[in-house]
Amino acid sequence: MTSEFFSDLAAKFGLMFLGLAVFAAAVGVILFLADRAPKRGRDIWQLLAFLAPAMILLGVGLVYPAINTAVLSFFNRNSSEFVGFDNYVWMFTEPTILTTLGNTLIWVALVPTLSTAFGLVYAVFIDKSKGEKVLKSLVFMPMAISFVGAGIIWRFVYEYRAVGFSEQIGILNQILVWLGQEPQQFLQNSPWNTFFLIVVMVWIQTGFAMVLLSAAIKGVPVEIIEASRLDGANAWQQFWNVTVPGIRGTLVVVVTTISIATLKVFDIVRAMTGGNFDTSVVANEMYTQAFNRGEFGQGSALALVLFVMVLPIVVYNVRVLRQQKEIR
Amino acid sequence: MSDSTTQAEEKLDRPLGQKDADSPAETEPSQMRRVKERLTSPWATAAAILIATLWTIPTFGLLVSSFRTPEEIRSNGWWNIFVSPSFTLENYFDVLTVSGASSANLGQYFVNSLVIAIPAALFPIAIATMAAYAFAWIKFKGSGALFVLVFALQIVPLQMALVPLLQIFSQVLGISGTFPAVWIAHTIFGLPLCIFLLHNFIREIPGEVIEAARVDGANHTQIFFRIIIPLSLPALASIGIFQFLWVWNDLLVALVFSGGTADVAPLTQRLAELVGNFGRNTERLPAAAFISLIVPLIVFFSLQRYFVRGLLAGSTKG
Repeated sequence: MTSEFFSDLAAKFGLMFLGLAVFAAAVGVILFLADRAPKRGRDIWQLLAFLAPAMILLGVGLVYPAINTAVLSFFNRNSSEFVGFDNYVWMFTEPTILTTLGNTLIWVALVPTLSTAFGLVYAVFIDKSKGEKVLKSLVFMPMAISFVGAGIIWRFVYEYRAVGFSEQIGILNQILVWLGQEPQQFLQNSPWNTFFLIVVMVWIQTGFAMVLLSAAIKGVPVEIIEASRLDGANAWQQFWNVTVPGIRGTLVVVVTTISIATLKVFDIVRAMTGGNFDTSVVANEMYTQAFNRGEFGQGSALALVLFVMVLPIVVYNVRVLRQQKEIR
Repeated sequence: MSDSTTQAEEKLDRPLGQKDADSPAETEPSQMRRVKERLTSPWATAAAILIATLWTIPTFGLLVSSFRTPEEIRSNGWWNIFVSPSFTLENYFDVLTVSGASSANLGQYFVNSLVIAIPAALFPIAIATMAAYAFAWIKFKGSGALFVLVFALQIVPLQMALVPLLQIFSQVLGISGTFPAVWIAHTIFGLPLCIFLLHNFIREIPGEVIEAARVDGANHTQIFFRIIIPLSLPALASIGIFQFLWVWNDLLVALVFSGGTADVAPLTQRLAELVGNFGRNTERLPAAAFISLIVPLIVFFSLQRYFVRGLLAGSTKG
């Protein structure tokens, strides 16, 4: 370590503490002024003090940009000329973008289904078993790490070495070799490479599904399970007729949440293939178009498509939650 | 006071979309428990252990790799360590301390990640707590409609806001590629969910407590500091931890707003660059990945309770 490193460290943390101090001072002044506001119209001033910071940030940073992006999607690459629906026509006629859209549909069809299925099965298996906590932690752990970190972990699992060049360093290809098979280039052979990327997302999201579903399973009243047992239901019937209906609400939340996360998946594709070899998805393509190629019109159009894809899932989720509130 | 805290804690511990069932764990008679135990077969446990092993092997393999010598990493797989054991910290020293254009320089990026994530977790929590209090306990016209609007903002994907926000940062504020730009971006993107969750929590604080303070002549600022913040601490901790991890693990916001240099960019961005040239960095990547994983893993294993709670509460993050 050099002294350069430490001066850099000091400068950055200095900036951080300065930022924190400025922020604290700003919030402090706002609340102090609200505290000392003139008796007349005090209510309004206090309301503004509490609400305005958040509303201004959201308005400038989210509402305006979202509307602006929607508008930009009808303009050309540097937003200087109105082009109507050209960007959308481009999207649905360009073969690579069609592949991208298709891949996104494959992702959103497979990841929520597989993660929820694995998570549910695992949650049922470990329920009330010995060492439940440890078993839970092990599957849940990928949830805490970054998608980029997960991407690196799985790059090593999939790593390919040509036969005769060296020994395999990826476990998956080594297993193939042990079984007497040819090693595969898992991340380059389209269309299967998309499925190997999906495995990474499933690996991450299963823990999430498992933790939520496990909590829900423990909420199913024991009396009902016992009653179905007395009626002679076997474990399989019990699972389908008692447990699954009992956790329906949580299942909906899990599936919709994972679907939304999957639609927006960016880091995994970015870190593992960079969107090459026909593995790109909408969120990644949007970044590539807007920030690597400077095609802001096309990037904005892709962002809008992403929004349109997320919208129905969220609406459904909100409706289910509201129905349940009413039942309550 | 402690009563409402525990109440609220329970609320956060329950997954969304679940009905208010009586908690079965405490009331369950021991006889019932025995019945349920009998239902778990040894086969199920064996299958569970198998799945757990499958889930752990990739991470375990990378951890083992990070302690092997560069030549070993390049020439054969991590499982060979059981045949020819070896141990070195060389890779960690290499990626952390060696400086120069072609080296990993992770020490600097690690500092950047901390400098980004700490304020980017505190800012949105503070601003959201204030807004959540206003929505929950200050009556004003249009309160309901405005709150629904904030909730609805959760469905706007980050991607929708990137291009215009970057333009504002670079052309109006002139802070593109600096720490404040990344802080502000994360604060904005974190706000809708933080406001929503904290509102749900703060609303549950008993009205009598706040009414009593008001009768004593306390104004909103005093109520906020003396009642709301102390009572919301468990929720603030859970949501804060979650926001911190979200920022620490983020790549997209960092790529767009940090400018990509060693001055500002976080670990995730450097890792993405390194993995982009896999062939040249093969021996560095295991150690590099673990340096970025260490903070989330420490948070995960030491604060798992808060982490799970934040996750359950935050499972609608859009």
